[in-house]
Amino acid sequence: MKFFRVIGRSIRDAFKSVGRNFSLSIAAITCVIITLIIVGVALIIKENVESATTKLKKDLSIVVFVSNDADNFDVNSLETQIKGIDNVDPTYVVYQSKAEIKSSMMEESETFKNIMEDWDDKENPLQSVYIVKVIDAEKIGETANTIKNLENVTLVKYGEGMVEQLIDVFNGVKNFSYGAVIALVVVTVFLIINTIKLTIFSRKREISIMRLVGASNSSIKFPFIFEGMLIGVLGAIIPIVLVIYGYYSLYNILGGKLITEIILLVPPKEIVFKIGLFILIIGAVVGMLGSASAVKKYLKV
Amino acid sequence: MSLIEFKNVTKQYKNGVTALYELSLSIEKGDFVFIIGGSGCGKSTLIKLLYREEKPSKGSIILGGINVGKLRNRSVYKLRRKLGIVFQDYRLLPKLTVYENVAFALEAIGEKKKNIRPKVLKSLELVGLKGKVREYPDNLSGGEQQRVAIARAIVNEPKVLICDEPTGNLDPLMSMEIVELLSSINQKEGTTVLMVTHDKEIVNKMKKHVIALKDGHLFKDYKKGEYVNEIL
Repeated sequence: MKFFRVIGRSIRDAFKSVGRNFSLSIAAITCVIITLIIVGVALIIKENVESATTKLKKDLSIVVFVSNDADNFDVNSLETQIKGIDNVDPTYVVYQSKAEIKSSMMEESETFKNIMEDWDDKENPLQSVYIVKVIDAEKIGETANTIKNLENVTLVKYGEGMVEQLIDVFNGVKNFSYGAVIALVVVTVFLIINTIKLTIFSRKREISIMRLVGASNSSIKFPFIFEGMLIGVLGAIIPIVLVIYGYYSLYNILGGKLITEIILLVPPKEIVFKIGLFILIIGAVVGMLGSASAVKKYLKV
Repeated sequence: MSLIEFKNVTKQYKNGVTALYELSLSIEKGDFVFIIGGSGCGKSTLIKLLYREEKPSKGSIILGGINVGKLRNRSVYKLRRKLGIVFQDYRLLPKLTVYENVAFALEAIGEKKKNIRPKVLKSLELVGLKGKVREYPDNLSGGEQQRVAIARAIVNEPKVLICDEPTGNLDPLMSMEIVELLSSINQKEGTTVLMVTHDKEIVNKMKKHVIALKDGHLFKDYKKGEYVNEIL
């Protein structure tokens, strides 16, 4: 019973003292708001970079040229073999016969049309191909080599050199965005902890009197920890609203893409609530930790 | 068995200054004791040791069965609940009213809500401030502020009331009133009172148990009424 009384009083006191120390609370809350907005923006950028690179990686494919000597049976067995390779996405192994390629090339340009019109199936020097997508883009080179060694494969193309560089760039961008988010969170934590320390420093006297009249350390700490959490949560509201509302409007204004169709933005409903929750948790946890560490200093004799 | 027992207590501060040397003394329950001595004689150290603001370097201090020196930091509150402490600078919270300042002491130790009001009013009545419950400390005179501090110290019905120069900031008339208030609390409630002071006039008039310190040593322990116009 006494435990609940103390908890209840702590929560009530937390609200009271946020009101009583209004100006300092506002300072702390403002600090939380600003840093959490930055964190929110960084998270949105991170999510988009991540989704864009994943999408682009998924679009990378290997083109497998099939020997013109292969008959239907050979081609079928080749397909089974390709699908059997570990890193190959078995749902995306698409066959294009040389006749199909011929007609699609003829559609593309008049010149091609004039030349190719007269070819019959035997004369057609083009080769049938398999277009193969891989699961892990970073192992695309290995997978291409494995396919090259299969029977009836004459040539394998996947944009050698270029693809490896592209993947390096993607990974760099992704790591950078992760690093930026982590650095920002750390900075936020320090900023918030310091601001809360400032609020608590101004109440050293209150804490020393509480100790003097026989308040136990935990009963002194509780209200301050709740207060820190309250400041964190209050400070998280505006950033959450801004992130959700801001990203929705940005998405609508840009029409869901950034400059070109290649870079599609992540639809808001997939990420904003996750990010909002994350911001709320950062606010609450950091507020609590900040208070706890600040109060601790004054509880030693 | 005495209520407070100092056995060979030595206190050396971290900066090397020794404030008390092998001090032994005992104080009975219900006693009213003045602790006197010149500046730097160890009076303040003595009471800081009592409420465990400082730890003794050597020796033991027993207060109501608690070995104060061995008390761990997080258990200090158990000792503090048996004590009422009054300082020269009152140490009131300026943003709280008189009533709230006294109630603060009870709230801090988790007293039941329904008990707080009667206890606070009773203790404010005892110090003669029942008419000022809604005032803020800054609107009160020094003597009145000290009464609030005393009310806060006794609201929890402590066994021992420790007063560190409670009259240091007050004029002689008000000082006398405060000491008489402490004396009446001592008699009515049976609270043991320890008062550090350098106001000889008060000590002379009250004719109580007097412990005189000099340079960190016990200079003399005058039994009740023995101290008459002594000069230190």
